[in-house]
Amino acid sequence: MKFMMIVRATKDSEAGIMPTEELISAMGKYNEELMKAGVLLDLSGLQPSSKGARIRFSAGKRTIIDGPFVETKELIAGYWIIQVKSREEAIEWAKRAPAPFEDQECEIEIRQFFEMDDFAPSEAVDRMRERRREFEKTSPSTSFRA
Amino acid sequence: MSSPETHRVIDAVWRIESARLIAGLACIVRDVGVAEELAQDALVAALERWPESGIPDNPGAWLMATAKHRAIDLFRRNKLLERKHAEFGRDLEAQQESAVANFETAHEDHIGDDLLRLVFVSCHPVLSREARVALTLRLLGGLTTQEIARAFLVPEQTVAQRIVRAKRTLTEAHVPFEVPRGLDLAARLSSVLEVIYLIFNEGYSATAGEDWMRPALCEDALRLGRVLAGLVPNEPEVHGLVALMEIQASRAHARVGPAGDPILLLDQDRTRWDHVLVRRGLAALQRAEALGGALGPHALQAAIAACHARARSPAETDWQRIAALYDALAQLMPSPVVELNRAVAVSMAFGPEAGLEIIDILAAEPSLKAYHLLPSVRGDLLAKLRRFPEAREEFERAAALTQNVRERNLLDRARACGASSGL
Repeated sequence: MKFMMIVRATKDSEAGIMPTEELISAMGKYNEELMKAGVLLDLSGLQPSSKGARIRFSAGKRTIIDGPFVETKELIAGYWIIQVKSREEAIEWAKRAPAPFEDQECEIEIRQFFEMDDFAPSEAVDRMRERRREFEKTSPSTSFRA
Repeated sequence: MSSPETHRVIDAVWRIESARLIAGLACIVRDVGVAEELAQDALVAALERWPESGIPDNPGAWLMATAKHRAIDLFRRNKLLERKHAEFGRDLEAQQESAVANFETAHEDHIGDDLLRLVFVSCHPVLSREARVALTLRLLGGLTTQEIARAFLVPEQTVAQRIVRAKRTLTEAHVPFEVPRGLDLAARLSSVLEVIYLIFNEGYSATAGEDWMRPALCEDALRLGRVLAGLVPNEPEVHGLVALMEIQASRAHARVGPAGDPILLLDQDRTRWDHVLVRRGLAALQRAEALGGALGPHALQAAIAACHARARSPAETDWQRIAALYDALAQLMPSPVVELNRAVAVSMAFGPEAGLEIIDILAAEPSLKAYHLLPSVRGDLLAKLRRFPEAREEFERAAALTQNVRERNLLDRARACGASSGL
């Protein structure tokens, strides 16, 4: 299962203040650890919301709102995507991250991706699984296999 | 924290720490079986204590320290035995002394080497294929015996016995805890890759299984592959295998329609592919190629998969390149199934006649006598050449060869659209 570990923005990240050398090196070490464990799929830091924009959908209209946005704690400063065995494992990895803004209070939020298995069991889903199994038994090779 | 909750956290910690723990211990005690038992002892201790004491700040270090204590106890007990049984000799004692000393010097830096040794020992050719798979999932994947049993749809007892026997075999065969060198390395590495790909395929071809564990096997295999790529970053075939698995896994969600029909590769909604995995797969393939491994068996298969992954629509598929890659693959590992796929690629690239030439040679292949896809593909090509009576014959033969109703529906569809996307 896949999870996104989301780093919430802070005043500093929104102000575009770059992390210290120490933090950069600690993050590098942590990322390497995720990679060596085979769980890291993707990661990125995001620029302050002042460089972003929002598109608001309302009553069939689209309105563009330029950043920055004020509700700092609702904003995202970066993320990792990891593939792990359980929610607990995702939490365990998140706990091991260096504090994203050192001494400043901040949060990492964990959100699970939707997967095939998340669809409620039903006759249609069962039928689909059965068909796939039968189909794949007779499929000839790796590249043409659906 | 409630006890079941703590147990789930311990499961997670185990999943993260167990391979490193066992590898580190095996390096000290020089016996994978003993190392695993020591690690299990530490796990049991954690299960006893953590619900009350709480999870330690550094659970990995706690487990290691606990396991080392057990190991020292074990050595001391053995030493007593040794005094009683002189045949154990001084060598062993010296070895154990130095092993105890190793506890203090064992360093985080070596953990990668230890893990790699553990990979090679778990996939050692002295073990049966089933044993390699079970041991790899258990020691490196951190899966329980029960999880492995569920994943492979065999009784738990069977897996437990496989693992016990495998550990005993390793001890009896005095398999050294080391990374093979020189010429041996290539053969041993390919055994490791085979095990990982077996695990992946078990999961991939059973993504349909009613048991949730089975799709998880793909993820287990991918994780092992990625770990291995980190451990031996200069081995192109490891990146080739990772690329192949990432690209195949990227299609998992697109392989089935809302009504439950299997969706053939060329009919899949490409927006439903996992593009993070596609990108990772293409990057891994690039690494394999940059290391000079473009013609390795896994890299070639990955390159074929990548051709599909790069095409934004089926019409953009580079069939000439796919045909050339199948050509190379057929030379490297000739098989009727590869040849059949090559025929399809050739027909897509150069027209049905060229594909038919290959098929007609294949028709004599005894191993494909009962294989319904051979007449099905031949029928498609004949239909494209507007040789309809012959095509119908082939379709009928294909239908007769498959007892499965859904397969027949598939053939009906193939017949109706007359496209060679029937594979």
